[in-house]
Amino acid sequence: MVDRRHLLALIPIPFLVLAQAELLASVLSGGSGFLLLCLVIVLRVLVWWVHRAMAHRAAERTRARLREAFLRSPGIKAGEVATLVTRGVHDVTPYIVGYLPQQILAVVVPLAVVTRLAFADLAAALTILLTLPLIPIFGALVGAHTRERTARQWAALATLGGHFLDVVKGIGTLRAFGRAEAQSTTVRQLAAQHMTETMSALRVAFLSAFVLELVATMSVALVAVPVGLRLLDGGVPLYTALLVLFLAPEAFLPLRAAGAQYHASAQGREVLANLPTATDHSGVTPPDLAGAEIVFDNVSVRSLKNFSLRIKPGERVALVGPSGAGKSTILGLLLGFVQPDDGRVLIGGVDLREIDRKAWLEALSWVPQRPTLVPADLSSGEQQRVALAKALDRQQAGLFLLDEPTAHLDAETESLVLQATREYTRGRTAVIVAHRPTLLNEVDRVVTV
Amino acid sequence: MRLAIFVGVLAELAGVGLTATATWLIMRAAEHPPMQALTVAIVAVRTLALAKGALRYLERLTSHKAVLSEAVELRGRVYDDLAHRRHIPSGTALTRIVTNVDQHLDTKLRATLPWIIAALVSAVIAVVSGFSLPLIGGLLINLALLPWLALRKPEDLTPLRAKLTEQTTELVHSKEELIAYGLFDEKLSAATATATALSRKERTRDLTPFAIAVQFGAALLMLAQNEPAWLIMAAIATFEITIPLTALTKPIPEPTTESEPARVTETPDLQGRTAIVGPSGSGKTTLLNTIAHQLEPSRGALAGAHVFHTTVRTNVLLAKPDATQEELDRAAEIAELDLDWDQIVGERGEEISGGQRQRLILTRSVLANPEVLLMDEPTEGLDPEQADRVLAKVLDNCQGTALVVTHREEQLALFDHVHHRGPIRHEHVGRVG
Repeated sequence: MVDRRHLLALIPIPFLVLAQAELLASVLSGGSGFLLLCLVIVLRVLVWWVHRAMAHRAAERTRARLREAFLRSPGIKAGEVATLVTRGVHDVTPYIVGYLPQQILAVVVPLAVVTRLAFADLAAALTILLTLPLIPIFGALVGAHTRERTARQWAALATLGGHFLDVVKGIGTLRAFGRAEAQSTTVRQLAAQHMTETMSALRVAFLSAFVLELVATMSVALVAVPVGLRLLDGGVPLYTALLVLFLAPEAFLPLRAAGAQYHASAQGREVLANLPTATDHSGVTPPDLAGAEIVFDNVSVRSLKNFSLRIKPGERVALVGPSGAGKSTILGLLLGFVQPDDGRVLIGGVDLREIDRKAWLEALSWVPQRPTLVPADLSSGEQQRVALAKALDRQQAGLFLLDEPTAHLDAETESLVLQATREYTRGRTAVIVAHRPTLLNEVDRVVTV
Repeated sequence: MRLAIFVGVLAELAGVGLTATATWLIMRAAEHPPMQALTVAIVAVRTLALAKGALRYLERLTSHKAVLSEAVELRGRVYDDLAHRRHIPSGTALTRIVTNVDQHLDTKLRATLPWIIAALVSAVIAVVSGFSLPLIGGLLINLALLPWLALRKPEDLTPLRAKLTEQTTELVHSKEELIAYGLFDEKLSAATATATALSRKERTRDLTPFAIAVQFGAALLMLAQNEPAWLIMAAIATFEITIPLTALTKPIPEPTTESEPARVTETPDLQGRTAIVGPSGSGKTTLLNTIAHQLEPSRGALAGAHVFHTTVRTNVLLAKPDATQEELDRAAEIAELDLDWDQIVGERGEEISGGQRQRLILTRSVLANPEVLLMDEPTEGLDPEQADRVLAKVLDNCQGTALVVTHREEQLALFDHVHHRGPIRHEHVGRVG
């Protein structure tokens, strides 16, 4: 999913870092190499420019791929998915442009630096070799010590953070009850509480960054002071001392950058972690519904427990029962959108899960409880009628699934709708979820769920 | 905020100072002076190394604290403004208002504050350098020109995002219907095309390579001018602080203005219990909203009720904060609410069923007992028997006026008056077909 081609452009970076330090040390210690230094710097800028351009293109491709993946398996909460595909996906940009390259550089640059220093000044190389591992070790120690506390705090923070949005979205209700003004203090109190909680979480969270920073600066001091003293005694030449001074911070720089990018890319990593997996819905050709019996064999899912039902071809069945009993779930099972936890749904003896979803759906016609595939500026009653008209018009359908087709309708429209339903579904199998008694006259059998 | 800037400047100066002092130490040592000549520099290097880390830690804490304190005040102000507006904005506009507040604070923390700190550190180093021209020129480019170029005229992605939101919402809400009617792939590829266009336009101008070119270009010029080594290294370290500023982005606030909602001109007299009936689409909800808008909030009204992410008790107590447990239980009994008082209702009421949500809202309005009770299909989602029973009990309990939109003819006997809304206009029907 993540495009990583831009990381190839990083290959020259460790060499350029070394070359730049060597040449700068040479020029400052009175030697030659100014023009070569200019060339190296031009090269470094060029490499960086190419890398960045590639990185942004990689991020763009990744964003497009992620958006498609989220749209393909969109889940159930429209608001969340919309936020994710419009804004959330953009959070992978710092991960790809910032974090991934620094992660690579944090390994290769210190390696290059330590190797070069081992030839120049063994003491300095050893100092860096010993202090570098302190960063992950201290980081892990701080992390282990504070993990539980941090997790607890972030959970509390998420609740407090969501509060403001919740209150703002409910402002109409608060005003209706004359509570809007009273909530004003609460909003401030909770924001203040949010601040206190965040600060106490951050005091801990920033500790690992503190360790990183401290080890990096201390190691520069640990390298620079001894090499300065050895230089004073004539133990090392100025060129070597300067090289050590310039290279020592380079060993820590990518690690610090990676640490900073790690936080900046946290949301992006979360987006990648929640990537949905695609499912395959292909299968065998569905049996002809004109002759196939539909059997619910001991099906349990959601509120349905051991539900069994046998529907003969051409039979019209009404499902009745209190709300929440599982009537719409039965339709969902027949559509293949709900999978049984236990038991089977058989179509002419074939398990519905084995049947090709596309071909199966083409063989049936469905009106949901709240149809949405109709212009949104209609009222719910109108939407219902438009959806029903579309469903009844599916000539090839052998099975009609109607979920409360006359809800939201006034009595006059209802009788018109019932008449149309009767005519269109004649001779074909139909499963109708019914609340209103008038519907029950239209069916061959009433099943109480 | 001032404290955060002060600590931040000190932290960065400690870093630059560390580089400069360490370089000076090496260069001086090469001249083989007596040991005492280096003592101060050695102490300074060690102190600055320790100070940098501690100051950075402090800077992170103070800057976050400053921004979070501002959040307290800003959220309070935004809320007060909304509480006094004539029209309550739609849900989308309200979400955008909250997003804009968050983005404003985020920009302050990640862009404004680092820029101020970098500018102040640059000013100090420019003075220390004795106003070195390459240094000042380079810093001006990295602090002013490049950030300005990076932030200049950002493309407004709001229309593209709005389009994608619309397409996504359709894919989610109508997913099963779309699959059932074989339209999903077509809609998906349309949405994917929008997503690809958005992904392309999100590419920001990243001027980091130019900033690095300026950094080393200035250093090379200073080298050519024979500036001392410590100053050149200090310059490189200062430029390092300015580099992130050239990759900054500043989000455009999302539009939150909307046109005024539709109103109806004729409203029924407010007396007794009135049922509002009429064919679908005849404007029953608009009528209710108009009345709710005309009423003083204190007289109480209920339309478009929100269920808050908190306990059932807190949600119901909104209607009457000083209600006793007996009053609560009585209201719950009337509305047949069968939830535990201390159960947390999930975000947007998603952890309870539609019928339970509806009964929670009814319990709240029973407890509120307002002068005018407005209800829009209050028993939607309840089974018919319970629907009629609960509505009868709620109306019995109502001492003031009640206006109820209903579809169920069986319920009309419960009312004193029936207000008929006109039929659907013909041109409207025509458009539907």
